[in-house]
Amino acid sequence: MSMDRRRFLKIAGVSTVLGLGGASVMNGLSRRGLEASQATVTPDPKGLTAKRWGFAIDVNKLGSPADYQKCIDACHNIHNVPSIENPKHEVKWIWNETYEHSFPGTEHEYMNHEFKEKNFLLLCNHCAQPACVRVCPTQATFKRKDGVVMQDMHRCIGCRFCMAACPFGARSFNYRDPRGKDANGKPFIKVENKTFPTRMIGVVEKCTMCYERLAIGQQPACAEASNGAIVFGDLEDPNSEVRKIINSKYTIRRKPELGTQPSIYYVIGGSEHA
Amino acid sequence: MYNGGKIIAGMLVFLAFFTFPFYYNLGKANARPEPKLNTPVIQQLAEKKCVESRDFMRAEHMQLLNDWRDSVVRDNNRIYKNREGKEFSISLQNTCMNCHSNKKEFCDKCHNYMAVKPYCFSCHIEPKENKS
Repeated sequence: MSMDRRRFLKIAGVSTVLGLGGASVMNGLSRRGLEASQATVTPDPKGLTAKRWGFAIDVNKLGSPADYQKCIDACHNIHNVPSIENPKHEVKWIWNETYEHSFPGTEHEYMNHEFKEKNFLLLCNHCAQPACVRVCPTQATFKRKDGVVMQDMHRCIGCRFCMAACPFGARSFNYRDPRGKDANGKPFIKVENKTFPTRMIGVVEKCTMCYERLAIGQQPACAEASNGAIVFGDLEDPNSEVRKIINSKYTIRRKPELGTQPSIYYVIGGSEHA
Repeated sequence: MYNGGKIIAGMLVFLAFFTFPFYYNLGKANARPEPKLNTPVIQQLAEKKCVESRDFMRAEHMQLLNDWRDSVVRDNNRIYKNREGKEFSISLQNTCMNCHSNKKEFCDKCHNYMAVKPYCFSCHIEPKENKS
C-alpha cells in the first residue's frame, strides 16, 4: 500500500494525540485506584481562628525578671528550645532586652530612669509585611491567612537569609545540634516535651505563635503564663480584648518606620496616664 | 591473537571479581523483614487497623506522611478522615508513634533492609522503646 506524505502525517498526528490522551486516562485511573480518594483533611473544630492574630504586652505588668522568666520558660519548655549559653550559638523564641535595644532611636538622655533600665519582652512580631518571608528562597517561612508567620522546618535549608532580613533579631540558627550536650555534658534541652518535635542542626527557628496550641483551642504559652500582662487576640476584630486595649491605651511597636507592620503592641502608659 | 594467553587470563580474573558478590551471597537467602506490630497500644485496640488499609499503608505510607506534614504545617488541617469516615489527629509523634511505639522493630526493620534513611526522627522525638 502506498501512502502519500499528507496521509502519513495525518495518521501520525491522530495516533499521537490518541496515545497521549490514552496514557493520561490510564494514569488517572491507576492513581485513583491507589489514592485514598475519599479521605479528607480538615482543621480541628476546637481551633481558634482570626483574621490577624496579635499581642498587646503591658510592660507595667511585667515588673520583675521573674515575670519575664516565667513566660520565657513556658515557651521554651513547650517547644524544646535548647538553652545554649554561648551567645553566638544561643537559640531564642522569646527573650528580653533593654529599652534602647528594643526601641532604638527613641531613647534620650532625660528619659525616665526606671524605663531606661527596664527590660522588655521580645518575640517574633509576626509582621503584616514580613521581610523574612520575602527573602526565603524555599518558602520555608510563610505568612498564614490568620497572620502567623510560620516556619516550616521541613523546608528550611539553613541559608539564613531570613535572619539577615529580620530587623528584630527574632530568628535563631541552630549552629549546634539542639539534642547535643554542652561542655559539662548537660543536654541543651533539659526536659523534652515528648509531644512536640525538636529541631536539627542547620535550620533556622523562631516563635511560631504557638500554632500547635491555637489549632486545638489554646492560647499561646507566653500569654497563658503572663498573668494577664500579655493579651492575645484578633487585631482585626474591633470587639476583641486586644483591640480594646490598643484603642484605649498608649502603645508602641518596634521599629514601625521600617514598614513591616509588627503585630505586637507594647502598652506603655496605663489608661490613667494617657 | 597476540598475547592471547594474557588477555584470556585477564578476562577470567575480571569475571571472577565481577561475579564475586553473586557467588559470595549464593545460598544465603536474605531474610525478609518482618516489622512487629505487637505494641501494648495496638494489642489493646478492639479493631487492629491503621489509618488506612494495610496494603495502602505498605505502599503509600511515605506519600501519606508527606501529605500529612504539608497539611498540618502549611494548611493547618489537622483532622484526617479516612475512607471509612474515621477521624484521626494528624501527628507523626502523637498519633503514628503512639501505636507504633516500637520504632526499631517497626520503622527501622524495613528501612534498614531497603537502605533508606528517612530523616523524620532527627527532629521528631521517637518513642521510648518498649522492651516488652
